[in-house]
Amino acid sequence: MRNIILLVVITIFCNSILGQDIPSIQIKDLTGKPANIQELVQNDGKPVILTFWATWCKPCIKELEAFNENFFDWQDETGVKIIAVSIDEARSISRVAPFVNGKSWEFDVYTDENSELKRAMNVNDPPFLFILNGEGKVVYQHSSYMEGDENHTYEILKKIVAGLPIE
Amino acid sequence: MKHFLFTSIAIFLFSIYYAQDQNWGQFTGNFQGDFQYYVQDSLIDAPSVPERFLMNSFANFNYSAGKFSAGFRYEGYLNTMLGFPNAGNINDGVGIPYRWAGFAADNFEITVGSFYEQFGNGLTLRTYEQKLLGIDNALDGIRIKFNPTSGIYLKGLVGKQRYYWEKGAGIVRGIDGEFHLNDIINKWKDNSLRLILGGSFVSKYQKDDNPIYVLPENIGAGAGRIAINYKGFNINSEYSYKINDPSADNNYIYKSGQALLINATYSQKGFGVLLGTKWVDNMSFRSERDAGLTDLSINQLPEITRNHVYSLTAYYPYATQPTGEWGMQAEVFYNFKRKTPIGGKYGTNVSVNYSRVQGITKTPINDTTPIGLAGTSGYTNTFFSIGDSLYFQDINLEINKRWGKNLKMLLMYQNLKYNYDILRGTNEKLIVNAHVAVIDLTYKFKSTIALRGEFQALFTDEDKGDWALATLEFNIPKWFINISDNWNYGNSNPDKRVHYFNTGVGYTSGASRIQLSYGRQREGITCVGGVCRAVPASNGVFLTISSTF
Repeated sequence: MRNIILLVVITIFCNSILGQDIPSIQIKDLTGKPANIQELVQNDGKPVILTFWATWCKPCIKELEAFNENFFDWQDETGVKIIAVSIDEARSISRVAPFVNGKSWEFDVYTDENSELKRAMNVNDPPFLFILNGEGKVVYQHSSYMEGDENHTYEILKKIVAGLPIE
Repeated sequence: MKHFLFTSIAIFLFSIYYAQDQNWGQFTGNFQGDFQYYVQDSLIDAPSVPERFLMNSFANFNYSAGKFSAGFRYEGYLNTMLGFPNAGNINDGVGIPYRWAGFAADNFEITVGSFYEQFGNGLTLRTYEQKLLGIDNALDGIRIKFNPTSGIYLKGLVGKQRYYWEKGAGIVRGIDGEFHLNDIINKWKDNSLRLILGGSFVSKYQKDDNPIYVLPENIGAGAGRIAINYKGFNINSEYSYKINDPSADNNYIYKSGQALLINATYSQKGFGVLLGTKWVDNMSFRSERDAGLTDLSINQLPEITRNHVYSLTAYYPYATQPTGEWGMQAEVFYNFKRKTPIGGKYGTNVSVNYSRVQGITKTPINDTTPIGLAGTSGYTNTFFSIGDSLYFQDINLEINKRWGKNLKMLLMYQNLKYNYDILRGTNEKLIVNAHVAVIDLTYKFKSTIALRGEFQALFTDEDKGDWALATLEFNIPKWFINISDNWNYGNSNPDKRVHYFNTGVGYTSGASRIQLSYGRQREGITCVGGVCRAVPASNGVFLTISSTF
């Protein structure tokens, strides 16, 4: 038990660490073409949203629907790029492309079939969101999605563009 | 000793934390702890828990500096929570079962220690972890990835698989190559037809120490795959073959195995369609012949049915039958545009999904030998033969619509046929025919204050009869509370018409979450990514804490 408490303490303590770099991991686009996430998060000094989702995850879909509704506005105001990484496995990975098109989502979607990127970024369960600043550093991360969380995401994007500190 | 170890780890971590500013590398990780206090409840047949309190937990610690990276995972099960694989208390304990180090240069990467890998669709090899199911079949050994030129991806590995706190008896060796022809052939670079070819070979070695049979010690499985992409069309197919592999799964027959998987999709903005089929014969592949359940699987045969998320639509879930099955799936996604009669003001999103799985034909090898007799070649059959026996069928329709600015609605209907004997290993000649309806409504009072109501009903004359479920969930920024009742009102035994009340509260701050709930959990099957585990009924207080750092 003492060990567990210690781990919890370490976890909470280290939780303040932000500004991490993105690891060099290959994911695939919806045609099966590999792409390195380090290159994908390059956005000419503008912020990037990197979020993990799956076709079987309801809150993930709600989050992405909310992003889609705001996408063009956010893009105009902040130049943000949204990268939605699906962790669907062999069972449902074929559903991703028709699902995404069926929803008419406008942002970029990639697949991480054996959760390699998810693991490298220490994601517990989807939905899990990272916001990167113009230098490609993680400045904010968030677990789960509840109605209205996109407002907070938008606030952070505006702060990044204005050069203000986050939190 | 253990205390000392953890203090040293803590000092190590803190020093890395301070080192970060000096660009000495980067330290990241995550933690999750699930804790349950169990209350006796004979009405729902909850097994008694002598410890009363059980815990599953893990924490990952990863370090990277330039081309070097390393990490480990601490896991603790004191003791393992109910419903996770733990026969003979094999999973109880604490330790560091997963640790690795790696080096990545521009075109190659070496990993030593524990790793997860997947070749193609996983028909010959897939190692992964799924904490929700208690599955972790990580390989412990060496893996090399090599990317000699643009468009060519090669991988090779050797290792032994994790078996709880030990390793399985077999050694796994594998190679895989994937060739993206448009990147290899210069002339094809800008072609809108994209072609990917791939192949893999995996072999396992396990000493033959069987007193009755002479068993093959080296067993190989190979697979070839192709992916074609043209504008909105996508075809992805893989075929795999395995030599005879007598094992507990196939009752020690000397017969080769095969599997075929084809998925074709077409999509454009607002419309998508998926068609898939799968045929499997004797393709269970484990690194130990006598392993069962979810232990020591080398490959994974994905289900071809929809992975449902609503509790009652997932009450009768499907799991691949590796000894033999044929399946197909079709799904259409359509978005009715806004400002059209069906689309309304905000658009309407619809999907229809159909899947069906049947057995395959198996013919006795001669008049005197029954099908599947141990020590024989088992049976004969032709490739892609489809048997008469229905294993599973699922037809479902989902509609997503928004009514005005503040109200969102999801409607779902499902009809399913579930072969209880095949999928649960019973002998009751039972095929469950069930109708399920779901209404999920979300109303926003303000942009960050919302109430969600979820109402589900399952109607069937078989098994435990009808169920109803209602959930209310209220959220404000960072907080949510929920209350739920799942009622087996249609049980033929009036004493078993039980209410499963559950209530909970959760708090999220950034990447940390804490959730506390109290109540009854009904027994059921939890499936993630195509693998399922049976979860017994329980009653008590459940706490989960997770964080990423």
